[in-house]
Amino acid sequence: MCLAIPMKIKRINDEETALAEQGNSELEVNISLVEGVKVGDYVIVHAGFAIEVLENEDAEERLEMFRRIQDQADVSR
Amino acid sequence: MYPDEPYRKRNDPEAGKIIAERIQGIAESLGREINIMEVCGTHTVSLRQAGIHSLLPDNINLISGPGCPVCVTPGSYIDNAVGLVESGEAVVASFGDMLKVPDSKGKALSAYMGTGKVRTVYSPTELSEIVRETDKPVVFLGIGFETTIPGIASVFLKEHAQKTKNLYLYCAFKTVPQALKVLLSEKPRYIDGFLLPGHVSVIIGRKAYLFLESEEGVPGAIAGFEPVDMLLGIYSILLNISRKENRVENVYSRAVREEGNPKAREIMEELLKPVDALWRGLGVIPVSGMGLKREYKEMDAESVFGLSELTNKEPPGCLCSEVIQGKAKPPDCSLFNDGCTPEAPIGPCMVSFEGTCSAYLRYGDVKV
Amino acid sequence: MKDYIKLEHGSGGALSRKLLDSVVYPFFKSSIYKELSDSASLSLSRDILFTTDTYVVDPPFFPGGDIGKLAVFGTCNDLAVAGGKPEYLSVGLILEEGLSITDLQKVLSSLSNAAEEADVLVVTGDTKVVPRGKGGEIFINTSGIGEREFPHSLSPLNIVEGDSVVVTGPIGAHGISVLAARERLGVGGGVVSDCAFLYPLCRALFSLGDSLRFMRDATRGGVAAILNETIADTEKGMEVWEEAFPIDEDVASVAEILGLNILEVANEGVIVAVVSGDRAEEACHLLKEYPLGRKASVVGRVTEEYRGKVILKTRIGGRRFLDFPRGLLLPRIC
Repeated sequence: MCLAIPMKIKRINDEETALAEQGNSELEVNISLVEGVKVGDYVIVHAGFAIEVLENEDAEERLEMFRRIQDQADVSR
Repeated sequence: MYPDEPYRKRNDPEAGKIIAERIQGIAESLGREINIMEVCGTHTVSLRQAGIHSLLPDNINLISGPGCPVCVTPGSYIDNAVGLVESGEAVVASFGDMLKVPDSKGKALSAYMGTGKVRTVYSPTELSEIVRETDKPVVFLGIGFETTIPGIASVFLKEHAQKTKNLYLYCAFKTVPQALKVLLSEKPRYIDGFLLPGHVSVIIGRKAYLFLESEEGVPGAIAGFEPVDMLLGIYSILLNISRKENRVENVYSRAVREEGNPKAREIMEELLKPVDALWRGLGVIPVSGMGLKREYKEMDAESVFGLSELTNKEPPGCLCSEVIQGKAKPPDCSLFNDGCTPEAPIGPCMVSFEGTCSAYLRYGDVKV
Repeated sequence: MKDYIKLEHGSGGALSRKLLDSVVYPFFKSSIYKELSDSASLSLSRDILFTTDTYVVDPPFFPGGDIGKLAVFGTCNDLAVAGGKPEYLSVGLILEEGLSITDLQKVLSSLSNAAEEADVLVVTGDTKVVPRGKGGEIFINTSGIGEREFPHSLSPLNIVEGDSVVVTGPIGAHGISVLAARERLGVGGGVVSDCAFLYPLCRALFSLGDSLRFMRDATRGGVAAILNETIADTEKGMEVWEEAFPIDEDVASVAEILGLNILEVANEGVIVAVVSGDRAEEACHLLKEYPLGRKASVVGRVTEEYRGKVILKTRIGGRRFLDFPRGLLLPRIC
């Protein structure tokens, strides 16, 4: 029951709600649980609520992951 | 599936292949059985849907813990909810997940769909419309973990401030950390590491699991739900085991912060306080649930409607309580697919889409 | 006409006659229908195929179609995938008291347009009215007669190891569009039902001769249900590849928002065909001549392992069962 999906904020309606999009789908989401969300942010949406702003550092995270895997190749073999 | 980068590469087969190879290598060097428990029903389903089990070496076992909110909700809770509908005392509103669960007489709330007596919501925000469409009391079935609770809390706080008189909450919320402790207290210990729930962790943060490092000596990894996320989580747990370390890793740092989401927790804690909770299969676990604070008691369905106290009574022959603790596998149960199926479920693990038995039956154990 | 269906419209009396004359008959131009006899008299020269289906879609109007169009194409498609050319239809209308006459006319108009497109004649019909609350606005039963055009047998029992599984177009659009309309969800993203007449695609595949083993239109339960039904009672297994299924991104993102598995979502314009492995590419090539078949793809093959089961190879290279869909298509949050 913890399914949540990333969506992009398209428009901030007011303090409580924003319009988020994924593909051509739009969904009004409640943003009262997150701090400082702006247009263009990716948020993670669960049951109609944005529960966190995603950090756009996935590329770096992935590089880090591969670096660690490379490092560990010696340990694990 | 994601039209927008950068999320697409989370499904990247190349990355998955590399990690799967590393897992093979490390599993070989460990040379013993390793049990990794996932404690999130969405992981249970996502792992099976992606066929991750088929990519793991034979000595790496993924076992499913008490991660499905529907599964850990006592049967008597459903009895009470169906009772409210049957007596006509209240309209019951719920997430779709709960509707199919049969009560002790085999009746489910879904039997009342379309009558207006039961309302399905996709988001708790819909409650604000529902209470204004009817004069009747509306009882929302409050189930779920930390991921789901803050949104519900925010709606109830708003309606309370607006002095809405016909909205009630029937609390059966659960929180994750204490359940982990109970699972680890079992001797001999059978869990070598936890794949920690990504979206629960969005709210509670990595710091909520530091007791695993300091007190319990068990490694864990907070992981997202894309195949590569989950493989990476499994890999980092194995890495800790091989190095004899007990770190709680966060491989979902794009969403999960060290401190979690304090604003969401603040809203949740404004309405609710930690309480002891009855888990189906596990019994009462101290401070493992959330209930309404005294100042919001007038919204408490349990006291307002005098609902009976929850009890655990399992159907005869049902192994769900063992399955929920990851001690038995679904096919160990004599009822599995032989009397107990997703269409006619007996135990909670077969009822829910996220239940361990249901996921096992639908997606199976297929070897590559 | 701001009128509504009343119980008396189904009484068989004057009001029934008025409804038929002023609302129903104008849409059915077949000379056979006009005879107003209790039965239609038909002459056919070849083997005939006969099928029936009942349409209860909720809501009756959805993006890309309505229950009228569905009732014609659905039944015609059942004839086509069985190797026939659809020729004649019966139309049974079950109307709920309170249905607006305008809505009925809209449904009948799209029904008659669909019949024209499919080149079938509606030759007999029936209209009943049920009390308010006893029906879902409008239900339609259509039975269809077609002439056998494909001379070989089409059966799962023809399937042999090494055969290929072909899907004729992007999946999931119908179920997603109906669900979005039913639940009045703020999502839908302009997804339009794929409801379409599939005989032209079938006819293209007929040219494969007995290399065409079996086909079905992947309606309720989506491709997951059809693949399982195809293989369940055979001595073979099936492996399909997740990344090979043609999927529109818009449909994919709505499905994800609603937490639905696209493989389990209903289609009304997609065929699953099993063809001999060496002619699979040719089959796709034939299908691609038609707009509906532009995205035709080979999605899997018939194997000797896991008999009676469908194995899905996931994007990440894992393997798992692709099961029959279970449970209702509810918008889930989990």
